[in-house]
Amino acid sequence: MTVTLFVPCFVDLLYPQVAISAVRLFERLGHQVVVPQSPACCGQPAFNTGDWGGECRDLALQAMRTLRAAEAIVILSGSCGAMMKVFYPELFARTKHEALAREFAPKVWEFSSFLVHKLGVTDVGARFPHKVTFHDGCHGLRELRNKQPPRQLLARVQGLELIEMGAAETCCGFGGTFAVKFPAISTAMAEVKCASALETQAEYVVSCDSSCLMQIQGLADRQRQPVKTLHLAEVLAQT
Amino acid sequence: MSSPAAQFKTDAKRITADLRHRATIQTAMGKYELVRDQRKHWFQDWEGARTLAARTKYEAVNGLDAHLLQFTRKLEARGTKVHWAGTGAQACAIILDLLQARRARVVVKSKTMTSEEIHLNDALARAGVEVVESDLGEFIVQLRGEPPYHLVFPAMHLTRDEIKEVFAKRLHDAPSNDPEELTMVARRQLRQKYLQADVGITGANFAIAETGMISITENEGNARLTAALPRTMITLMGIEKILPRYADLALFLPMLAVMGTGQALTCYNTMYGGPRQPGEADGPEEFHVVLLDNRRTLVLADVEQRDALGCIRCGACLNVCPVYRNVGGHTYGTVYGGPIGSVLTPHLRGLQEWKHLSYASSLCGACTETCPVGIDIHHHLLRNRRNASAPKTGKPDAWQRLLFKLYAATAARPAFWRLATRFGRFVQRFHGLVKGGALDPVRAWTGTRELPPIARQSFREWWKEHGTHE
Repeated sequence: MTVTLFVPCFVDLLYPQVAISAVRLFERLGHQVVVPQSPACCGQPAFNTGDWGGECRDLALQAMRTLRAAEAIVILSGSCGAMMKVFYPELFARTKHEALAREFAPKVWEFSSFLVHKLGVTDVGARFPHKVTFHDGCHGLRELRNKQPPRQLLARVQGLELIEMGAAETCCGFGGTFAVKFPAISTAMAEVKCASALETQAEYVVSCDSSCLMQIQGLADRQRQPVKTLHLAEVLAQT
Repeated sequence: MSSPAAQFKTDAKRITADLRHRATIQTAMGKYELVRDQRKHWFQDWEGARTLAARTKYEAVNGLDAHLLQFTRKLEARGTKVHWAGTGAQACAIILDLLQARRARVVVKSKTMTSEEIHLNDALARAGVEVVESDLGEFIVQLRGEPPYHLVFPAMHLTRDEIKEVFAKRLHDAPSNDPEELTMVARRQLRQKYLQADVGITGANFAIAETGMISITENEGNARLTAALPRTMITLMGIEKILPRYADLALFLPMLAVMGTGQALTCYNTMYGGPRQPGEADGPEEFHVVLLDNRRTLVLADVEQRDALGCIRCGACLNVCPVYRNVGGHTYGTVYGGPIGSVLTPHLRGLQEWKHLSYASSLCGACTETCPVGIDIHHHLLRNRRNASAPKTGKPDAWQRLLFKLYAATAARPAFWRLATRFGRFVQRFHGLVKGGALDPVRAWTGTRELPPIARQSFREWWKEHGTHE
């Protein structure tokens, strides 16, 4: 299958190893990967601040037009995935692009869900002999209902032990521009999250969203807490 | 006086740093979650119950005009006087008129958040009426001169020592910090007031259109005493409290109890159908119902957000909200806190002045997931944001728009993106000089968190070398 990998802006710039891991994984599984050069952003930052007009729509339209012919579009983020799958149709509701948005949405797959539901694999031949805990990104969990796929994948990683944290489904406090508009609240939320992750004594916090991990790692580093974060793709790429 | 938005930020900053407050709330909510989940499993099909509740409330709200008329006709047929109040001020004036005509000096109240919404206690106090809250939590926060902290648990932020302290100071009666002894102190005080009171004021949990009855659910018996002992009973309720049928309570009473407090049912569930009828042994001589709009009809007119009127004030969304759990109930600066409050307050008190509440959310959706009547809470926050910054009808943030414009232009063009990547990498070399300080442009992040650097090789740069290319 030809996998069209949509690499969100912050993954491209801050976490290239996440996307590189995904490319290597798909190639290992015998698929061909293509990467569109633009747009580099799905438009969510503008959308979430309420700016549903020009810029947000332009980026969304560009994404839809560039990617519409793809067989499957895979996104390394539940959040950007939700933007394309759930919010594009709402953004273009009652406009002339509504049909395009509705036709586009089902082609978009969040990474873990794509592996499990579209490719039908749970054992990707990965080996990662460590204790990990999993953080559910809110958009992946509640907009895309992806509770199980990442866990199904982790369950088949050799040597990996998953220890669930009490607050697995509690928001890490990132929330896009929320993190900088309300830094005090956002930071408090991250503290609650980190405390819950630390309680498990896992070596790594794994998630499908690098943005959440940026928040968790960013706080842990500042407070010198022994938390290490990894994107699911990085775990699955290990052999 | 600072704006509600500035006040919110200041208070949030202070309280999120209060680790004792955080621990108190997290512990209380953890206990709540445990019992809530146990009781939820008593429902054979919880999701089915939610769907039915959502449909029933939507039916009630969509047919509000007809339901309200049916409700009031039934009430009036049994001798209740119904009053319609367009605004909070009108509702206060109606109630004050009723009190003054009866020369009322002392009023007991059972729990009514609607009265907090319209600042009824202040209005009555200004007119020289003594108002006593009879719900234990409300009684405590009234003594402290505070608004309720939570829709269901008004005093959940207080420790027993703090309660003992305020009893000692205000009532001169606080034998110990033992909850039972403190409750006995409150009971002794309140029993006197029930007997002295000329009028009892209650809220309503549900209003049954079919039978013209008010349903009140409570755990302390204080609402029953408030309704039964004074000669006159006044019920203040928002017009959205309607349920179409009596039988709907079979779903809504357990649902409210489970989600509100984690109980299967609250201890006392009472129906009020009017004043004492001929031949009846008890009940108030007079019964007045004040129906309050106070901009609820604006929510009704909003097709996207109409379902928000279905809120049964169970508080479940507050309990699961990670923002509420960190900032607490008082920070919101408005009677309806938490996620549903952040949806409703901009409607009830003005979008521009209260839009910050809709922004103060990570949009995690825990509220929507838990809401027993299926209100699309977190998406409504998003819709409030859209409405607040709409180009013509709202007030878009010019700076922010410019930033997005630049960003979108860059993200749309590969060459620009490549340039921006290199530029960012260059600029970040100097970030260390200002990091976390007043000159740091990303201080909102770096004040409390580390920021990862732009990678030496971005993914797109790597792909250029490695990839199969398009």
